[in-house]
Amino acid sequence: MAPEEIRQAIIEILEDIAPDEDLSNLDDSVSFREQMELDSMDFLDIVMELRKRYRVQVPEEDYPQLASMDSTVKYLEPKMVNVAV
Amino acid sequence: MSEAKSPDTLVTQPDRGHSPDTQTGDSGPIYDTIIIGAGMSGIAAGIRLAYYDQRVCILEKHYTIGGLNSFYRLNKRDYDVGLHAVTNFTEKGAKKGPFSRILRQLRFKWEDFALAPQRRSRIAFPEIELHFTNDIEQLTAEIGQKFPHCVDRWQRLVGSITDYDDLDQAAFEISARQRLEEALGDPLLINMLLCPLMWYGNPREHDMAWGQFCIMFRSIFLEGFARPYRGVRLILKNLIKKFRALGGELKLRHGVAKILTENGWAIGVELENGNRIYGKRILSSAGLVETLRMCDQTSEPDPRMAGQMSFIESISVLDRQPEELGFADTIVFFNDSPDFHWTPPADELCDVRTGVICSPNNYDYDLQEGQLPEGIIRLTTIASFDRWNKLDEATYRREKFRWYDRSVASCVRFIPDFRPHVIDIDMFTPTTIRRFTWHENGAVYGAPDKKLDGTTHIPNLFLCGTDQGFVGIIGAMMSGISMANQHCLKD
Ligand SMILES: Cc1cc2nc3c(=O)[nH]c(=O)nc-3n(C[C@H](O)[C@H](O)[C@H](O)COP(=O)(O)OP(=O)(O)OC[C@H]3O[C@@H](n4cnc5c(N)ncnc54)[C@H](O)[C@@H]3O)c2cc1C
Repeated sequence: MAPEEIRQAIIEILEDIAPDEDLSNLDDSVSFREQMELDSMDFLDIVMELRKRYRVQVPEEDYPQLASMDSTVKYLEPKMVNVAV
Repeated sequence: MSEAKSPDTLVTQPDRGHSPDTQTGDSGPIYDTIIIGAGMSGIAAGIRLAYYDQRVCILEKHYTIGGLNSFYRLNKRDYDVGLHAVTNFTEKGAKKGPFSRILRQLRFKWEDFALAPQRRSRIAFPEIELHFTNDIEQLTAEIGQKFPHCVDRWQRLVGSITDYDDLDQAAFEISARQRLEEALGDPLLINMLLCPLMWYGNPREHDMAWGQFCIMFRSIFLEGFARPYRGVRLILKNLIKKFRALGGELKLRHGVAKILTENGWAIGVELENGNRIYGKRILSSAGLVETLRMCDQTSEPDPRMAGQMSFIESISVLDRQPEELGFADTIVFFNDSPDFHWTPPADELCDVRTGVICSPNNYDYDLQEGQLPEGIIRLTTIASFDRWNKLDEATYRREKFRWYDRSVASCVRFIPDFRPHVIDIDMFTPTTIRRFTWHENGAVYGAPDKKLDGTTHIPNLFLCGTDQGFVGIIGAMMSGISMANQHCLKD
């Protein structure tokens, strides 16, 4: 997956986890927490959905890497380079 | 007055999918997680795990689902075992609070639970009443009127309660009475506030843990009451449907007798019929004492640990709507003196000085659904498990009638007298609760000391539900979800 496709994959996951959020104005450089009502349970879900959909493992110590869209895409790039779209 | 429960068709379908019973033997672990109990907490946990592709099996001893909040049919009428109100109500679109968390975590839509909000409820003490709705401002206005000297302090209290998320075990354990004494000062107001909160979720006698107080305060005063038109059936039906659609297995009439261990780790369970089912971990909603008893323990756990607060509950069916009798409140918490006693009765079967009256008719149902076909008054009062448990069959029956009369006579001091309009009655006691849920002492809110982190002496055996810490329908679901997240998903 290319960075733009990873971004899209994350958007789809967020839409599922938080169906009431408007994601069209999401600022990729700002943390998710500041822009959306996400709690630690929702963060676990981002990780779990990545595993379920793309077989990507994110160890617990790496959770802070998923703070914003930019940092998430950057973190996932090497892990998802071989994932088919 | 019968206590028969009959299974609903939805839970009598044959189990779907594999049948590991036939493959067990020595073939090693089969399930990722075995869940003991198909109450609210067990099913919610099951949905989480099945959604993330675990092989999960819920083992339930009873022939139907729901546990402490089940349903049954009797004399051609549908009854809810316990449901007065779903707490923590928030409107559609709300992003905060346990209810919206549950919807998100279990991937439900707000409409799936079809909650109709309460009309108005009341705390009734002699000569003084406080009304409240799902809007906290209503209660604040009432307190301003009836306890004007307390209203500023009240507002500060409300502000300090909104966030309880980071309560640790130490902050949780502080005495609520002491905190309220400092915060409000007025003993009558304190008792009036404690009355509904203790009634809907205090496992402890006399006092309440501050953490439990905050949780209940939020769920009742800051969020509020609601009910689906079709009662708890609708909630349970949607939960179990989702669980099965995700590939989860439910086995009714599969009571767990023993938790099997090897080198200190749980490897599976032995059922009451002797069959064995293996799993990598076990999540039990049967209660702390009840679960410990399933383990190879050298000493018998003290049943007092399981809690003592139990109730009788009667359901009176009326020949008209309660509103036609002048009773329009959703729930009334009554107490007949300025002191509020929250202990099992000292020398009688029941203590009817305080109680909860609920009419499921008095919710704002959707116009399309209309009104429930018959008027219903539910009444709960405090009862002693030990005393009810000692009665022989004939005395038990007689006492049930006697205490129906006495509890209703007590409650009609606070609402219009509905007795001439009663056309059918069902009633249960603490022993009924134990008979159908196996909770020690029929303790509705479980152990006085909660195990907030859900761990046990066995590293892969965890608790969820009542004895983990959260009670009520919403609390139990939250408990199942968070214990599944914390202990069963991250590997
Ligand atoms: C009369 C009454 C009225 C209530 N009213 C309300 C209300 O209006 N609103 C509200 O929010 N809450 C209410 N509650 C509280 C609420 O019902 C409970 O807090 C909640 O349902 C607890 O769910 P749980 O999953 O923790 O436990 P349970 O529902 O007790 O689930 C445990 C399950 O484990 C099963 N089990 C036990 N032992 C075994 C075994 N050995 N093997 C297999 N299975 C086993 C039991 O059969 C049971 O199904 C009420 C409770 C009662 C009794």
